[in-house]
Amino acid sequence: MEIKTSKAGSELVIALEGRLDTITAPQFEAEVNKGFDGITSLIIDMKKLDYISSAGLRVLLKAQKIMAKQGSMTVKNVSQELKDIFEVTGFNDILNIEE
Amino acid sequence: MKELKFDAKVEELDAVLAFLDTELESLDCPMKVQTELDLAVEELFVNIANYAYGDKTGYALMKFAELENARGVSITFVDEGMQYNPLERPDPDITLPAEQRPVGGLGIFLVKKIADEVNYNYSDGKNIFNFIKKF
Repeated sequence: MEIKTSKAGSELVIALEGRLDTITAPQFEAEVNKGFDGITSLIIDMKKLDYISSAGLRVLLKAQKIMAKQGSMTVKNVSQELKDIFEVTGFNDILNIEE
Repeated sequence: MKELKFDAKVEELDAVLAFLDTELESLDCPMKVQTELDLAVEELFVNIANYAYGDKTGYALMKFAELENARGVSITFVDEGMQYNPLERPDPDITLPAEQRPVGGLGIFLVKKIADEVNYNYSDGKNIFNFIKKF
């Protein structure tokens, strides 16, 4: 799992690469726990994300809850496999998924 | 049928998934199904690792079998932790908006959605959870 972040003003892009599972989700959670101070637009780039389990979904929900209070969160470059998981779990209604 | 016993520790997850993926690849399992099965197995194994034995370390036995009369697999987890039927857990309300969604409780729900059939038995001090997935 690799996490790349880039910040421009009040916009933060977090690119997730590899597998977001029970083992790796804490890495992403540590990023989320920083709290996104001063960020009004959070973009999660899933272009190179192969897999997400419920541990990863939990962290996404946490990020979404933080950003709902201070701006917006957008998820982009979502593969069909991940879309299927989002659909089964109702996360397609929670997340703002960019087509 | 093949089976492998793992320490019920989250650190063993990669080894569990490696076992699963190797078996699935030998059956030419479609990639989408493999992802789904990875997910289901992760949820089941992590549940055992996190909750079954409390502070003690126990084991999780995973059994893998190819279906005889259809394309697909039967996967079973056995542990000797506290008695727990995950199928009795109510499904989460997935229609709630983000602010009202609890952060947990999705794991077993995902397993039920992915599997074609799920079964739980408690016998001889063992939790036995089986599911079937057709390709």
